[in-house]
Amino acid sequence: MKKLVNNPVNVVDEMVEGYVRAHPDYIKQLSSNNRALVTVRETKQNKVGILIGGGSGHEPGFMGYVGEGMADGVAVGNIFSSPSPDPILEVTKSINKESGVVYLYGNYAGDVMNFGMAAEMADLEEDIEVGMAIATDDVASAPKEEKEKRRGIAGELFIYKAAGAAADFGCNLEEVVRIARKANDHTWSMGVGTSPCYHPQTGKPSFEIGDDEMEIGLGHHGEPGLEKGPLETADKLADRLLNDILIDSGITKGDEVAVLVNGLGSTPKMDLYIVYRRVEQILSEQGIKIYCSYVGDYITSLEMGGCSVTLMKLDDELTKVMDHPVNCPMFVQK
Amino acid sequence: MELTSNGLKDFFKEVAGMVETEKDYLCELDRKLGDGDHGVTMSIGWQAIHDKLTNELVDTEDCGKISVTIGKTFLNAVGSSVGPLYATGFMRGAKIAKNKTVLNEKDLAAYWVAFANGVKERGQAEVGDKTMVDTLAPFAETLKTCFDDTQDFETAFSTAVNAAEAGMNSTKDMISKKGRSSRLADRSIGVQDPGATSAYFILSTFLKVIKSNSSKTA
Repeated sequence: MKKLVNNPVNVVDEMVEGYVRAHPDYIKQLSSNNRALVTVRETKQNKVGILIGGGSGHEPGFMGYVGEGMADGVAVGNIFSSPSPDPILEVTKSINKESGVVYLYGNYAGDVMNFGMAAEMADLEEDIEVGMAIATDDVASAPKEEKEKRRGIAGELFIYKAAGAAADFGCNLEEVVRIARKANDHTWSMGVGTSPCYHPQTGKPSFEIGDDEMEIGLGHHGEPGLEKGPLETADKLADRLLNDILIDSGITKGDEVAVLVNGLGSTPKMDLYIVYRRVEQILSEQGIKIYCSYVGDYITSLEMGGCSVTLMKLDDELTKVMDHPVNCPMFVQK
Repeated sequence: MELTSNGLKDFFKEVAGMVETEKDYLCELDRKLGDGDHGVTMSIGWQAIHDKLTNELVDTEDCGKISVTIGKTFLNAVGSSVGPLYATGFMRGAKIAKNKTVLNEKDLAAYWVAFANGVKERGQAEVGDKTMVDTLAPFAETLKTCFDDTQDFETAFSTAVNAAEAGMNSTKDMISKKGRSSRLADRSIGVQDPGATSAYFILSTFLKVIKSNSSKTA
């Protein structure tokens, strides 16, 4: 696999340095830890701080979502690996405005341990109150009854959006956590993989898949999904993903939703819009109203091929958070 | 036998060297179960440790401080899930080694039992889940029983490493129940767990170090 890198050992640090230098009016590195990044914009005193984070390789996730209306800081991990507690704690100290900090991350063993350790340290050593909301939107990763075991994939974007808006509205820590968790409970995703990504530090593909195959329910680190099968047309694929989401979520006629069709890194916008076209057709046939839609590479897996579909079922409160403007280097909503 | 602070540091340097040698093999195992980077992850952590050993820790003689620094360094460099697991292990060991410049046989047995129990507690995994606990739990149990019986650390540790190896081998036939590979279900059968493998390598490296240590003193 051809990559534009220098020494593979340094890819994460060099990417972070490039990002911070490209967007100096949005984000800066803390001098205490080069994997701890915070907004440079003025944030209101007493606003609850929003901290996001996870492994690298998901760009524009996660550092691309530090900005107005979303997160105040991000802890950056190694490729597909949770950040350690140290950068998480440094960001926490920096973005705390006397009202506590909410951690948003995906449900992976490493993230749960590292963010958990950082939260304990913030409480014990710094006396900062920390709340958490963990994304568990991937329908394919565990049965409905075990939602708490599901992993978080592209639906994390909606959780950031909800928490970021709630913090801007002036909600206290408990309320921000409640709204973020509610957003997670109302969000369902499912993905498909068509080609692997290549880990820059091993040069090897993340999984094996034939040219004529696809894997339904694939995770965004290349974790195997529900089944491997022959490559289908965009319409058939969208039918399958959406059908599983609708059955699991119980979203039905008369409901209103936000839709995200997320590319995993190497799937062209052309393909994503073709998938969206079919998603829109089905939802409209079933009398489900699309309130807002997002199509593009929001949370990727290096150059993995494929996409995921996410629906968030809206009510008045979640509609309000989706309307809230965002201004991040990688995501602008007016 | 005894292990001085320099002996402890030599062991950690040996591990750093071993990880570089086994890096590709560990990635290869992980490619079948995870995202294929376990060797890279271990290498990032142990290279950072090697750096500390050759700089900040050169004059440190307190085995407790050395062990805490090793744990924290690994954690900060790695994150991931192995970061907190190994960090907890080395920090639990550090409690035993606190304020000691030389570790006697009893300290060493207690150190490794605390290490293994710390990892198990942090990760909340049980034997049979296809994780490093499958190496570490039988290792700690054997070490404790055997040392209580014989009061001879080298014999007990050597027997315990055999139990660790058997534990590592047993992961081949298991279904993964923890972490990302747990989504594989049946597809995880037939592959030896990379975390169980690197844990065994670390223990066998320690055995190598104490053997060469005792042949030097004998």
